[in-house]
Amino acid sequence: MSELAAVVGMGQTKHSSKNGEVSIAGLVRESAEKALLDAELEWEDIDAVILGKAPDMFEGVMMPELYLTDALVANNKPILRVHTAGSVGGSTGIVAASYIQSGMFERVLVSTFEKQSESNAMWALSTTVPYAPLINAGAGGYFTPYMREYKRRFNVPEHIGRIVAVKDRLNALKNPYAHLHIPDINLEMVEKSPMLWDPLTFLESCPSSDGACSLVISSERSVTDNQLPAWIHSTSMRSEPTMYAGRDAVNPQAGSECAKDVYKKAGIKDPIKEIDCAEIYVPFSWYEPMWLENLLLADIGQGWLMTEKGHTSLEGKFPVNMSGGVLSSNPIGASGLLRFGEAAQQVRNKAGEYQVQGAKLALGHAFGGGAQFFAMWIVGANKP
Amino acid sequence: MSEEKILEFEAPIYFKYSYTAGKTTTSFLNSIKKGKLVGQKCPKCRGVYVPPRGSCPKDGVATEEEIELPDIGTVESFTINYLPIPGGAVDPPYVSANIILDGADLAFMHIVDGIDHSEVRVGMRVKAHWKPKNEWKASLENIAYFQPIDEPDLPLNHLSDEKNA
Repeated sequence: MSELAAVVGMGQTKHSSKNGEVSIAGLVRESAEKALLDAELEWEDIDAVILGKAPDMFEGVMMPELYLTDALVANNKPILRVHTAGSVGGSTGIVAASYIQSGMFERVLVSTFEKQSESNAMWALSTTVPYAPLINAGAGGYFTPYMREYKRRFNVPEHIGRIVAVKDRLNALKNPYAHLHIPDINLEMVEKSPMLWDPLTFLESCPSSDGACSLVISSERSVTDNQLPAWIHSTSMRSEPTMYAGRDAVNPQAGSECAKDVYKKAGIKDPIKEIDCAEIYVPFSWYEPMWLENLLLADIGQGWLMTEKGHTSLEGKFPVNMSGGVLSSNPIGASGLLRFGEAAQQVRNKAGEYQVQGAKLALGHAFGGGAQFFAMWIVGANKP
Repeated sequence: MSEEKILEFEAPIYFKYSYTAGKTTTSFLNSIKKGKLVGQKCPKCRGVYVPPRGSCPKDGVATEEEIELPDIGTVESFTINYLPIPGGAVDPPYVSANIILDGADLAFMHIVDGIDHSEVRVGMRVKAHWKPKNEWKASLENIAYFQPIDEPDLPLNHLSDEKNA
């Protein structure tokens, strides 16, 4: 990397199951205006716009970057759309950062969104090849067998998933933008909620959300003193095929190689000790311990012990998903950038009630597809 | 009289696609039409794919050597689905399982039935229950579901996804 890049502004909408007040353009615009306000910048300060969202089939709007050009004031400016399924929010942040690092632009606006209420993402994700029976019921139908296998492989007790489901919803109570606010959330409520994909219950799954998230990423020379920059120490993306002989979908190779790369580039030798907190893409409860292992933050088969001991709670040794995470808000296309942005807010000391005291180095993580696309960044309060 | 505000309206889109199967899938479909499961072997890693895709994603090479597989395999993992999906093959609850055929190195998703759902296990041995011959077409749907057979469960370290454990 040649130039240093930093997150200098973040904006997001209040996520909800249906935002019927505004169009997609209105939703994205709201997050972008808030990001500019946070960065104390105007539209004319932005050199280029990078847009990310999940498959167009979700809302039925093809190439939404064209329609959203006006709302994002990208007229006569470069605009580019990124698409890497559920990891897209993360990848979009990385693409924007790379334009700053290359020296091409001074300030880039990154905008991501999903408006799940406009159609049926569960249906859009329930597909098969045209010569096999249609039986896969959405993302949960696809991922639950791998969660079951994780549980079986390491003999993990049943309640681990429920601990994550409660912990992330308790964190969400401190986040005014979170979709789910369930004040009386507890283990029993999670256990007794309807079974969707055995052994995964309704409250162990993410909601379907309408929402948008935007960041402003700036070059070092354009950062001003009052902006509280989150310096981007490293970024990494990796992918692997959905299906290949001998693939381990419980602990995908692309994920751990991405983690190794993002730590190495940031000069991190012992990630669990050096990193203060993480925002990890956990759409289903069991993915917290699974990703802790995949991210080399726990030994293989030991991730669930971190969860059980409370290390990943807001007050724990290694807080995870302080904002409430994907389990509390899932505007799919924005969910990855929310992870990246919330990590940045922590090191900017701007995370409000869910601030980890003294957080100096944070990890943002996103995954997508059949757990095959990975995007990660490390952000810091200090320059790398 | 105040008019009702129009905040949204329904705008359905329908698409119809023609799927060009290509050499490998054409070959697979012609076999399954006759009740045979034919996969392909990677010349490099010797991994066997069924249904075959014409290439090995791991090695990035074409797969041409065809290999007929039995309709017997093992449950690699599974879930019991309680949510209905539009156009779904069966009504919930049903067991969707990743089934790895004997001699194959990659599972595919199919239905497990003919057993109480609470009895389904990882490592369970299963065999295809074919639909009546007069209903056969060029599809894995010729198999109605997989049902358990009277064999001991497979030791789990034999499963492909145990390799990294």
